Amino acid sequence: MAIWVNENTRLICQGITGATGSFHCKQMIEYGTNLVGGVTPGKGGQLFEETVPVFNTVTEAVKETNANASVIYVPPPFAADAILEAIGAGIELIVCITEGIPVMDMIKVKAALEGSSSRLIGPNCPGIISPDLCKIGIMPGHIHLKGKVGVVSKSGTLTYEAVGQLTALNIGQSTCVGIGGDPVNGTDFIDVLKAFNEDDDTEAVIMIGEIGGNAEENAAAWIKENMNKPVAGFIAGVTAPPGRRMGHAGAIISGGKGSAADKITAMQEAGIVVAETPAGMGEALLKAMGR
Amino acid sequence: MNIHEYQAKKVLSAYGVTVPQGEVAFTPDEAVAAAERLGGSIWVVKAQIHAGGRGKGGGVKLARSIEEVRALSEEILGMTLITHQTGPAGQFVRRIYVEEGADIDRELYLGVVLDREQSKVCFMASTEGGMEIETVAEETPEKILKEWVNPATGLSSYQARNLAFGLGLSGKAVNKAVKFMLALYKAFTEKDASLAEINPLIVTKSGDIVALDAKINFDSNALYRNPDILELRDTDEEDPKEIEASKFDLNYISLDGNIGCMVNGAGLAMGTMDIIKHCGGDPANFLDVGGGATKEKVTAGFKIILQDPNVKGIFVNIFGGIMKCDIIAAGVIAATKELGLDIPVVVRLEGTNVELGKQLLTESGLALISADNMIDGAQKIVKAVLA
Repeated sequence: MAIWVNENTRLICQGITGATGSFHCKQMIEYGTNLVGGVTPGKGGQLFEETVPVFNTVTEAVKETNANASVIYVPPPFAADAILEAIGAGIELIVCITEGIPVMDMIKVKAALEGSSSRLIGPNCPGIISPDLCKIGIMPGHIHLKGKVGVVSKSGTLTYEAVGQLTALNIGQSTCVGIGGDPVNGTDFIDVLKAFNEDDDTEAVIMIGEIGGNAEENAAAWIKENMNKPVAGFIAGVTAPPGRRMGHAGAIISGGKGSAADKITAMQEAGIVVAETPAGMGEALLKAMGR
Repeated sequence: MNIHEYQAKKVLSAYGVTVPQGEVAFTPDEAVAAAERLGGSIWVVKAQIHAGGRGKGGGVKLARSIEEVRALSEEILGMTLITHQTGPAGQFVRRIYVEEGADIDRELYLGVVLDREQSKVCFMASTEGGMEIETVAEETPEKILKEWVNPATGLSSYQARNLAFGLGLSGKAVNKAVKFMLALYKAFTEKDASLAEINPLIVTKSGDIVALDAKINFDSNALYRNPDILELRDTDEEDPKEIEASKFDLNYISLDGNIGCMVNGAGLAMGTMDIIKHCGGDPANFLDVGGGATKEKVTAGFKIILQDPNVKGIFVNIFGGIMKCDIIAAGVIAATKELGLDIPVVVRLEGTNVELGKQLLTESGLALISADNMIDGAQKIVKAVLA
């Protein structure tokens, strides 16, 4: 069944008329995603690509289209408000692609998510894809292959790298989830790992982390206790100097915490096969699966 | 973004956080004039650089006369201060802060950080003022008091009282500390700080609570709504290559090695540095050109790498999602046309428009080494640079 997104996903896009939003909406439609509507305040009543209705508000879009998912391509100053609007309208799955949302805004969004029925993926992430069923986000669809390996990652391009290696080895993917590299995000590794653990269509998992915070250590501890499927992994930033932010707002070793070495040790202790280089993620998975 | 101590104190003071009186000076004459205006009989002369450990490095000194203020200013201005945070090259001192002396009774620690696990702002306080908080956390974690702030209510007075009593304060000092912390929280959230450290926070002999030092970092994603903070940026404290990159909105960090890297995506950019090191090479930089980079941006990024005298070879590693491979190719070609190319460049392209990108590179006639995948590329560039 894959996790969270499939052929029953009814997607709207917030920011559908912007340059980025419209480009990726076309790509998602082409991939076969069921895009049922879009939202741009003040542009309600228009049609996107002559078929997709545009609404002024998310509430209106949900009422008219029965959407259950939303993807957000809204500039950073307005993105937190867009997420709050989707939560307010009761959207089950919210995927926020936007990079550069202030942390103070995300702290408030995180508080609003608690107690709501919504799940947020991202922000600052490539999105989520269940190959051949539904693509929500900015990942290149053609590199994916339908199959039984789940992928979860903080980094967009490293996810593509892992997927590219799997597909080249003729190993398909159930669902690939980019959780994003910001210090405050909606969905963490453990949320995704739990879902993969319970998903009948997922037989093994690749988990890709990076320096900063301790989400990887927490995930490793959870895997050690609960995971009944093989896991391979990779951690980016072994050579990153402390105190410097490596692109992602969350990718920084500070106060002696968040180093790659600590994360790799924790993962290995949990029985995860950790690839030595990002070129070895596919092979690490094969090893984890005992092939 | 980092700012200097004197700037941090000015920002905090506007919110009602108590700080000592002081003035910034760029010359010994200015320092003397500042000390005379401040009055009193004791002053502190403090080097202003964006790094901690200034006291231990010899950048903070006590003056007991105006003559001493002058002598110390002459000594500290123009010195290269080496601390555990500056690296062995040190940091040149261009400005100093002249401050009134304080009557210290106790030295405490107060820090405000983002707790990523809780997704909340966290206040940390400790009686071990003046020490590095990492050391305290390591050796005596029970000495660190914490309060997490609910974003809907903000820091509550009772939380500030918990910390104040926990620090052993009593009498009027408790209310002063509460007022201090509430003001600090307001400044932190309204100015989108990512870290604030008051170390030491002092209790004076007359019972006042004062920030003797102040360090604030700001969320660079929120500078668009804090133009007053952006004005405090001191580019003298930054690497010129990083300043140039920031003009083009490129994520660039200068490193010590000799293999330049141009990559899309932060994770892949870090992974590329790692794999170069794994293959026996040394990366010269981290560069993430981002997802939606234009040809101009790619050109600017490639030029910054080309102009770095340490760079002996370049690895272009692209897995195009949003980023189209032909844009990368066009940028590389434009930059090399302008600056010439006399070092080896290995190019690995994958993803959107990969064929078009490869075609552009072939047609350009540039002597580029193409790679089939990431490990192949890393091995080729390391070999080319060592040759």
